[in-house]
Amino acid sequence: MELNTLTLTQAIEGLKTRTFSHAELIAACTDRIKSVEPNIKAFITVNQKVTNGIPIAVKDNFNTNDIETTAASDILRGYVPPYDATVVRKLKEHGMMILGKTNMDAFAHGSSTEASDFGATSNPWDLERLPGGSSGGSAAAVIADECIAAIGSETAGSIRQPASWCGVVGLKPTYGRVSRYGLIAMASSTDSPGPITKTVADARILYEMLAGFDPYDATTGHQPVTSEIINIKHLTIGVPKQYFRSEAQNGVNQRVLDAAKVLEKLGARLVDLSLLDPEYAVSVYTILQRAEVSSNLARFDGIRFGHRRDQFNEENKRRIMLGNYTLSAGYYDAYYAKAQKVRTLFINDFHKAFDAVDLIIGPTSPSTALKKGASKDHVMFGELQDILVEPSTIAGLPGINLPCGFIERLPVGMQLIGPQWSEDKILSVAQMYEEQTLWHTQRPKL
Amino acid sequence: MTYQPIIGLEVHVELSTESGMFCGCSGKHFQAKPNTNTCPVCLGLPGALPVPNKKAIEWTILLGLALECEIPGESRFDRKNYIYPDLPKGYQITQLDQPLCGPGKLDIEVSGENKSIRIRRIHLEEDTGKIQHTEIDGERVALVDFNRSGVPLVEIVTEPDFRSVEEVDVFVKKLQQIVRYLGISGADMEKGSMRIEPSISILPISNTTNTTNIKYPNYRVEIKNINSFKFVRNAIAYEIERQREMIERGETPTQQTRGFMESKGVTVAQREKEEAHDYRYFPEPDIPPMRFAQAQIAKLKTQIGELPDEKKARFMKEYGLSAYDAGLLVETKQRAEYFEKVLSRQSSVVSPKAIANWIINKKVDIASTPPEQLLDQIVQSTTTTPVSGDELENIIKQVLSENSKAVEDYKSGKEQALMFIIGTVIKRIGVGSGDKNTLIAIVKKHIQ
Repeated sequence: MELNTLTLTQAIEGLKTRTFSHAELIAACTDRIKSVEPNIKAFITVNQKVTNGIPIAVKDNFNTNDIETTAASDILRGYVPPYDATVVRKLKEHGMMILGKTNMDAFAHGSSTEASDFGATSNPWDLERLPGGSSGGSAAAVIADECIAAIGSETAGSIRQPASWCGVVGLKPTYGRVSRYGLIAMASSTDSPGPITKTVADARILYEMLAGFDPYDATTGHQPVTSEIINIKHLTIGVPKQYFRSEAQNGVNQRVLDAAKVLEKLGARLVDLSLLDPEYAVSVYTILQRAEVSSNLARFDGIRFGHRRDQFNEENKRRIMLGNYTLSAGYYDAYYAKAQKVRTLFINDFHKAFDAVDLIIGPTSPSTALKKGASKDHVMFGELQDILVEPSTIAGLPGINLPCGFIERLPVGMQLIGPQWSEDKILSVAQMYEEQTLWHTQRPKL
Repeated sequence: MTYQPIIGLEVHVELSTESGMFCGCSGKHFQAKPNTNTCPVCLGLPGALPVPNKKAIEWTILLGLALECEIPGESRFDRKNYIYPDLPKGYQITQLDQPLCGPGKLDIEVSGENKSIRIRRIHLEEDTGKIQHTEIDGERVALVDFNRSGVPLVEIVTEPDFRSVEEVDVFVKKLQQIVRYLGISGADMEKGSMRIEPSISILPISNTTNTTNIKYPNYRVEIKNINSFKFVRNAIAYEIERQREMIERGETPTQQTRGFMESKGVTVAQREKEEAHDYRYFPEPDIPPMRFAQAQIAKLKTQIGELPDEKKARFMKEYGLSAYDAGLLVETKQRAEYFEKVLSRQSSVVSPKAIANWIINKKVDIASTPPEQLLDQIVQSTTTTPVSGDELENIIKQVLSENSKAVEDYKSGKEQALMFIIGTVIKRIGVGSGDKNTLIAIVKKHIQ
C-alpha cells in the first residue's frame, strides 16, 4: 500500500507503531504530487521545507508563516506572511505539517476553482470537469491521495460542495467553532474553517484539533469541544422537500433518499420536513457576502502587498462593486438591512425545525461535477451551485458532506445539517453511515 | 445687526490603556521610532482580526458616567469604509448608531454664570496611522507610521450649545481636567492625545429674535483636528469673523470642512458638502454586539471618584477656602491630593488657608517635595516677618491665661499640651509671623 493513500487515522497509527517514518510518509505524498500535479493542479505552492509531521494540504487563504499565501489572487502573488493562522498553528502543535497551499477561487469568490488567478484545478474523477470550490484544490488533493488530509474554508458551500464533487468528506463546523484568525476574510460573518478528509473519523480528528475558543477571534464560542459518540437509534432525521428540487440533476435526489434509507435501517426515524425555500437564502447571502467582501478587500489598496488594484479578477471586481452599492447611503435599508432581517427568518426557521428533528438530510449540490468553463459568464454560478448549503450557512449551522453514490463515475454528495454546536451528533451519524457503505473507498484512476 | 455664534464640538481623546483598541500593541506612540510598535492586527494584514480591549470600553463608559450620560444596555462596533494610506484596513472600526454612551451634560461657569453643555454621545473607535511628508534623496515622499494605528480613541460629541469662544475654552479645559482625573488619558494637546474639531455657524440676530429657542442656520463649518487650546480659540474667532463678513457681503456660507493654518491664523476650505464621503457603514461582523448588566455599570460608577467640582465644593466647605483657591488646588488631581496630604501631616499648627496659599503662590513642585518638607518650609519661613516683641508677649500672656488647663497639663508632663498652646498662639498671630522654635522657647519661658 502506498503511504500517501493512508487515512489520517492510519497515518497516526502507523507512525505510533513505527511501521513507517515521517520522512517516508512525506516522500510518498511528494512523489504522488510529482506524478499527478501536472494534470490536477491542486496546489499553488508545495512546501519545500517539510521534514517532520503528517502532511496536510492547506487552502491558500490561511496565513502560513514563511510560506507564500496568495488566496489565489494576483493581488497577493509573492506575499509571504509573518504569522500563522490559528488553524495552522494548531495543526503544527499537533504534529501535522503544511505540505502545501491549495488552489481556490481567488479570495474564495466562486464555487469552481476556475476563478483562480493561478489556473484551474481539475477534478481527479474527470480531468475535463471542475472540482467545485472554492476549496477545490483541497478536495482534489485529498481524493487524488496527494496528501493525508486537507483544510478548507467555507463561507457558503466552499467545503461541502467541492467535497461533494470530488467524493470526499467535508465538515463545515458551526460558525465560531474554529478560529478565523489568519484566514483571509471573505464574508466575516459566515467564514468557517474545516477539514476535508478521506473518512469521517479523520474529519473528527482534525475538527477536535482545531475547534475551540481563540482569544484572537472574538467570534469564537466558549462551548466545550467534546468527542461524544451519539447513538443514531434515538435520533429523528428531517427530509425537507424544498431541498429535493425538481431541477436537480437526474439521480442526485434518489441517491440521497437511498442514503436516508440506510440511516433509517440503522435506527433513525425519518420525518418529512418543510423549510423556507433555499432560493431566498441565495438572495440574503449574496447581499451580505458582497457587502462584507467590499469592505474586507479594501485593504488591498495598491499601496502595500506589491500589486495594483486592477489585478483583482472579474469576479472579485463584480463582488466589490455590488457590495459597495448595497452599502451606499439610500440603499442600505433596502438591501443590507433587509437581508439581515430575512437572515433572522432563516435562523428562526431552523430553530423551529430542530425542535422536531435532530438532523436534516439533503443533497449537497443539485448536480455532480460540471464541465470546465461552466462558471464562465455565469455571474451567479456559485450561488446557484450552493443553493442547498446557503440556508445553513447564513444561520451559522454545522454541516457535513458525505459521498453517497455515483452517477456516470462522478461522485454524488449528501449533507447532514444540525443545530449550532451539534458537530458530535453530525459526526456520529456520518460515521455510522460511512461504516455501512463503501463510497468513501472509491478512488479515480490517475 | 448682531450675530450669534452657534458652536458644537467633537473632541477626540486617546485612551492610555496598556494595549491597543483591538490588539496587544502598546499604545505609546509619541516620539517612538516609526513602525516599531505594530502587529498583524494594527497593520491590517490579511486574516488578522480585531479583539476589543475591555479596559478601553470600561473607561469610555466611566467617562460617560462622569458626564452624566445615559449608558445603554447594548452597544456595538461598526465599520466606516474609506480608503486612505494611514488606514491599513480600508475601514475604521468605530460606532455609528449604538454608541457606548448616550446623552449627558457638562456644567461650565463662564464670567460667573453657570451653563450646561449637552453631550450628544460618546463613542469608541481606533486611531489611524500617521502620514509624514518628507524628502528622501531629494525626492518628495509620504511615509506612513503605523505606531498610532489601533490606539483606542474616544470621541465626545456635544450639542451645538456654545455661544462664544470663551464657553468653548472653558469646556475643553474642564473636559481635559475630568479625563485626567479619571486617569484614562493624559489628554495632552501637544502630544495629539486630545484633538478638537469645532463646528461653527453664525445666526444674524435682531431685537425680535427669540434667543432661547433659536432655529439653527442650515449650514455649519467644521474645522478639523486642532491640537492646542489657543488654536481652538483663534480658529473659532477667525471663522466667526469670516462668516460675518460673508453674510454682510450678501453671501451665504456653505457647509464645509476647513483646516486651520496655524502659521497664518486662518482657516482654509478642504471639502464641500457635495464631496462628503459616503462611508458605507455597516455593523462590524468580526466583533459580537456588547451587552452590559446594570451591576457592571453600577460597579464602574463606584470607580469615578471625586471629580473636580465636588472636590472644590468640599475644600471650600471643609477647609474654609475661597472658591478661587479651591479651584486652583483642584486643577489637577495630584495637586488636590498633595494639599490634603500636607494637611494630614500636621497638627493644626499651620492653617489650611496657609498651606493652600503656599502651594498656589510658591508653585511648589509637588512631585519632588514630600509633604513633611513643605510643612517645615512653611513653618521655617515664618521668621521673615516677626510680630513685634511687645505684641507677641501680650498674645502669649493672653493665650496662657485663657488656657490654664493646658498650662497645668504641660507642667504635669504632657508635651502635647505645649503644642496646643503654640498652635493657638500661631493662629492668633497668623502664619508667617514667627519662627516655630523661637516661639516655643518664648512660650516655655512664660510658663515657668
